[in-house]
Amino acid sequence: MLYALKIALRYLTASKAQTALLVLGVAVGVFVFIFMSALIGGLAEFILARTVGDIAHVTIEAENNDPGVLIAPDGHVLIVTQPGRMRTASLAQADAFIPLIEAVPGVVAVSPQISGAGFLTRGAQVSQVTITGVEPGVESAILNLGSYIIQGSARPGSGLIVIGSALAEDLALSVGQTVRLQSTSGVAAMLTVTGIFETGSPMDAVRAFVSLPTARTLFAMPQGITQIEIKLTDLNAADSTAVRIRSLTGLDAKSWTEEAEQLKQALNAQAQTGYFLKTFALITIVIGVASALMLSTYRRRPEIGIMRAMGASRNFVIFVFVAQGALIGILGGLSGAGIGYLALLPFPTRDAFKAGTLPLDIAQGSYALAVTLTVVGAILASILPARAAARVDPATAIGQ
Amino acid sequence: MTELLNIRDLIKTYGTGEAATHVLRGLSLTLETGEMAALLGASGSGKSTLLTILGTLMKPSSGNYFMLGQDLLSANDAELTRFRNRHIGFVFQFHNLLPDFTALENVVFPSAVREGRETFAARQRGRHLLVRMGLEARVDFPTAKLSGGQKQRVAVARALMNRPDLLLADEPTGNLDRASAIQVMELLREINQDEDTTFLISTHDEKIAATCERQILVEDGVATG
Repeated sequence: MLYALKIALRYLTASKAQTALLVLGVAVGVFVFIFMSALIGGLAEFILARTVGDIAHVTIEAENNDPGVLIAPDGHVLIVTQPGRMRTASLAQADAFIPLIEAVPGVVAVSPQISGAGFLTRGAQVSQVTITGVEPGVESAILNLGSYIIQGSARPGSGLIVIGSALAEDLALSVGQTVRLQSTSGVAAMLTVTGIFETGSPMDAVRAFVSLPTARTLFAMPQGITQIEIKLTDLNAADSTAVRIRSLTGLDAKSWTEEAEQLKQALNAQAQTGYFLKTFALITIVIGVASALMLSTYRRRPEIGIMRAMGASRNFVIFVFVAQGALIGILGGLSGAGIGYLALLPFPTRDAFKAGTLPLDIAQGSYALAVTLTVVGAILASILPARAAARVDPATAIGQ
Repeated sequence: MTELLNIRDLIKTYGTGEAATHVLRGLSLTLETGEMAALLGASGSGKSTLLTILGTLMKPSSGNYFMLGQDLLSANDAELTRFRNRHIGFVFQFHNLLPDFTALENVVFPSAVREGRETFAARQRGRHLLVRMGLEARVDFPTAKLSGGQKQRVAVARALMNRPDLLLADEPTGNLDRASAIQVMELLREINQDEDTTFLISTHDEKIAATCERQILVEDGVATG
C-alpha cells in the first residue's frame, strides 16, 4: 500500500493549485469548527462565571421544623403554632460536618453562614436588608467580595459591616460611618461600615455582610448556623458532589443546577447550536472533498483503466483515492487547526474575559477533535469516489 | 514449442435483441509459446475485441479461453487481475502512459503494484529496458516531454516489465511515422527472440504484419491463419 500512497501523493502534487484550494477549503471548515468551539465554550464559561461564579455550587440549608400541633384525643387538631418570621431552623451539628465536606474531592471552599433578614437604620432612614454572617477569612470564598470592593475592605470583623453600593447610596453611608442593624429577631447592634461593594446586580441594594459572631448575636443563635455554602473546582460536578455530601452527612445538600434549570437549558441550547454549526462545517468539508475527488475520478478514468490493465487491483485503486482524501484531511485539518490557534491567540484568556468583547476561549478550541473528525470525514468522503474509481471498466476507459 | 493459449468458439455480442451486434462468431485460435503473430483485419472486424478478451479485460458472451492451463473465463476479477499482472503485457495504439509519472516510473508500475513498492531490482530492470529501447537519456523524463515514438517505446518497456508470457499490441505503430514504426517492430522482434515472449500484434499495415512469422486474419468474427 506504500506504492498506492506514492501514487496518491503524486496525484495531489500533480495539480498543485487545485490541491491547495481544496486543502484551503478544508482548513477554513476546520477553522470555523475551532472558532465555534472556542466561542461556544468561552461564552458558556463567561455566562457561568457571571451567573454561577459568585454563588455556591452546593448549598446545605437548615430545614425548618414542622409546625407544632396540639391534637385532641378524637384526632382533631386543636392548635397549630404559627412559625415566627425570624429564622429558627439551624444546622446544630455543622461544626462536625465541615471537615468531612472539606475532604470531599473537588471542594475548594466551605463557608458556614448565618443569614436572615433585618433593617439597617441611619437617622430616620430605614432599609430592609439581607444579612449574611460569614466566618472572618472566608468572606470571599463563595462570592468574591474582595474583587467587588469599591471602598474600604471586604473583611467584616467584629462590630463591622460591609454593604452594597446602592444601599450605601440610599442611606448616604460611607466607610467609617456607624449604622444600626436590627435583625428580625429584634436584636440590634451598632456597626461601623468597613467596606462598600458593587457587583452591578440587585444585591448591591439589599445585601449586608457581618462576621459570624455578630450574626449569632443578631439572630440569637449561640450555636449552629443556618447554611453551608460550598464552592467546587468544577461546577459541572455539582450534582454528583451534592449527592456525595448528602450520603456522607445526611444533610440536604443541593446543587446549583436545581435552582438554575433555565440557565442550564439556555447553556444546553447554546451548546446544541454549537454542535449544529460544527456539524455543518464538517458536512461542508465532506461535500468539498467528495466532489473534488469525484471530479478527479472522472478526469482520471483512462489512467485508472491503464492501472487496472497493468494489474492494479480494485483495492489498490480504492486505496489511491482514499489516501488522497486522508492526505487532504490531514493537511487541511492541521493547517485549519494552526490558523485557528493563531487567530485565537490575541483574544483574552478565560480568566480575563470582559463584557463587550468576544469571549473566545483558546483552551476550548477542540483542536484534536477537529483534526480527527476532519480526517475521518475526508476518508469517508473519499470512499464514494474511490468505489466509483474501482468500478471503472478498463476496456472502456482505455478506449476513451 | 508448447501451447500458450487456446480459445474455442468465442462469441461476443454487444447489445441485445434487434440492436445486437455480433462481433465474434465462434472464433477459435491457438498460440504457441514464443510465437510472433500479426492480427489482421478490417476496421470493426473484431481485432480489438479479441485482444481485449485475450487480455482478460472483457469476458466473451460464450466460448472457452485457456492460457497456461488455466480456465480464465471461470476466474473472478481478483484472480484475473493477478493473472494479467504476471502473464500479460499490453501495448496500446496511443501509448496510454500515466502522465504524471516519469518514463522509469511508468515502466516499473506493473512490478510495483505486484510488490507494493518500487524495488531496487525492478528499477534496475526498468532502467535496462529503457536503455534497450534507446531511451537511456530519457529515463527520468516526465512522459509529457517525450515524443510519440519515445512514448510508445516506454509503453513497450512497461509491457515487458514483468516478463509476460503474452504481449498483446493493438496497433502499436498505428500512431507513429514509418521510421519509428520500423524501430518499434525491430525492438519487438528482438525481445521475442531474446525473452521467448509470445506476441500478438494487431495491425492494418501489411508491411508490419509481414515482419511477423504468422498472420492471423479476423474476418466476419472468425479467425483464419
